[in-house]
Amino acid sequence: MTNDVQVEAPQAPPDATPTFAMLRTLGGISLISGLLVVLAYQFTLPIIAENQRVRTEQAVFRVVPGAVTKRDFVLTDAGLVPAGEGVQGELIYAAYDAADQLKGVAITGVGNGYAGPVTVLFNYDPACQCIVGSKILQMTETPGFGDKMETDPEFLENLKALDAKLNADGTALINPIVTVKHGTKTHPWQIDAISGATLSSNAMGKAANTAAQRATPAIQRDLAKLTAANHTGQD
Amino acid sequence: MAELPKHQEDLSLDTFVRGLWKENPVFVMLLGMCPTLAVSNSAINAISMGLATTFVLAGSGALISGLRNWIPKQVRIASYIVIIATFVTIVDYAIQAISLDLYAALGAFIQLIVVNCIILGRAEAYASQQRLVPTLVNSLGIGAGFTIALFALGSVREILGSGTLFGLHLFGAGFQPWVVMVLPPGGFFVLGAWLLLFNWIKQRGERRADAPTGVPANAR
Repeated sequence: MTNDVQVEAPQAPPDATPTFAMLRTLGGISLISGLLVVLAYQFTLPIIAENQRVRTEQAVFRVVPGAVTKRDFVLTDAGLVPAGEGVQGELIYAAYDAADQLKGVAITGVGNGYAGPVTVLFNYDPACQCIVGSKILQMTETPGFGDKMETDPEFLENLKALDAKLNADGTALINPIVTVKHGTKTHPWQIDAISGATLSSNAMGKAANTAAQRATPAIQRDLAKLTAANHTGQD
Repeated sequence: MAELPKHQEDLSLDTFVRGLWKENPVFVMLLGMCPTLAVSNSAINAISMGLATTFVLAGSGALISGLRNWIPKQVRIASYIVIIATFVTIVDYAIQAISLDLYAALGAFIQLIVVNCIILGRAEAYASQQRLVPTLVNSLGIGAGFTIALFALGSVREILGSGTLFGLHLFGAGFQPWVVMVLPPGGFFVLGAWLLLFNWIKQRGERRADAPTGVPANAR
């Protein structure tokens, strides 16, 4: 750079860069940039969509053991609507076994943990009105503490028959799902916290409660839509 | 327009190799510390980040070098940033296409490659003055040096902090992981340890070379 200055300094005023050259350069570079970004976007779009589909499917099949197909439904105020009919909203996933029997419904819930949101997929069994399995989709909890939620067998036992019964009107849970202090669980709708990871355990309780409160009234009301064998095409 | 006589470097092995050791962006220049500390908590994250940065370095370096005679110096920084951002966006889509888990693990640090000073530094100090091929070779060398440095941190942190390497368990069930190593402080500890080791080797080399003028070149 010092060389530049020495050579250019004596004749600087007449040698000023014309505005047009700067505009041309910036315009040209923006054009190349736009072209490259659009090409990359168009090329990767189908691959990314496929990745997302596979990831959701794998998560649903892992949380609902024995499931081989799934159908997506959108949770609306008017009940469940099959996905792909232009309705936007939170998705739930009805999972079926090889004989096309409903094995469970995967529902998503989010709770705030120690280091950020914890997103969990739950397996809701409409027959027993309870949560019978879970898989954490995303979390940033501290390694060695909060991430025990995925591995601690004692904690996972909580989520094998977690009560989520609806009240008589079918509008809300009789007993909201709550996390209780380690060793004080007395009811089937309680989650026994991991000692040393209370905030993370609370996040799991909140995730389960929000998921159940939002999705289960619609699932129970529209159970016929889920169990109906006529597939509408979106597996 | 800046058509000035510039020192053109001849392509040699050194064009590539100096990025690995003499001008290593992490261990010698101490640039790009933000991704270095943040995503080196596992070997796979470290290597992915290194490769992504290498791609951006090479792509943006090649384009800047190719256009160097058309970029007036008044708008050069704006031009470089747009070019760098383009390649970062491409690499962002590419990682999503390769693996969504990897994309989630690297998080915002992929987009933040735009502000990585290694890349703008290369654009300003090298690509804007040199021909296409030396620029490409030099960028790949710097990228390889960055990747090796990240792997040096990532592998040590993963082995000590999780007891695994590339996800494979190295120790028996009785291994108690040294969790702090995968947390942010571990990044500083391991980086410090590597810098200590490399500076020690360098100083010893200088002493061996018996240079009485030698002030240790580890000022930074």
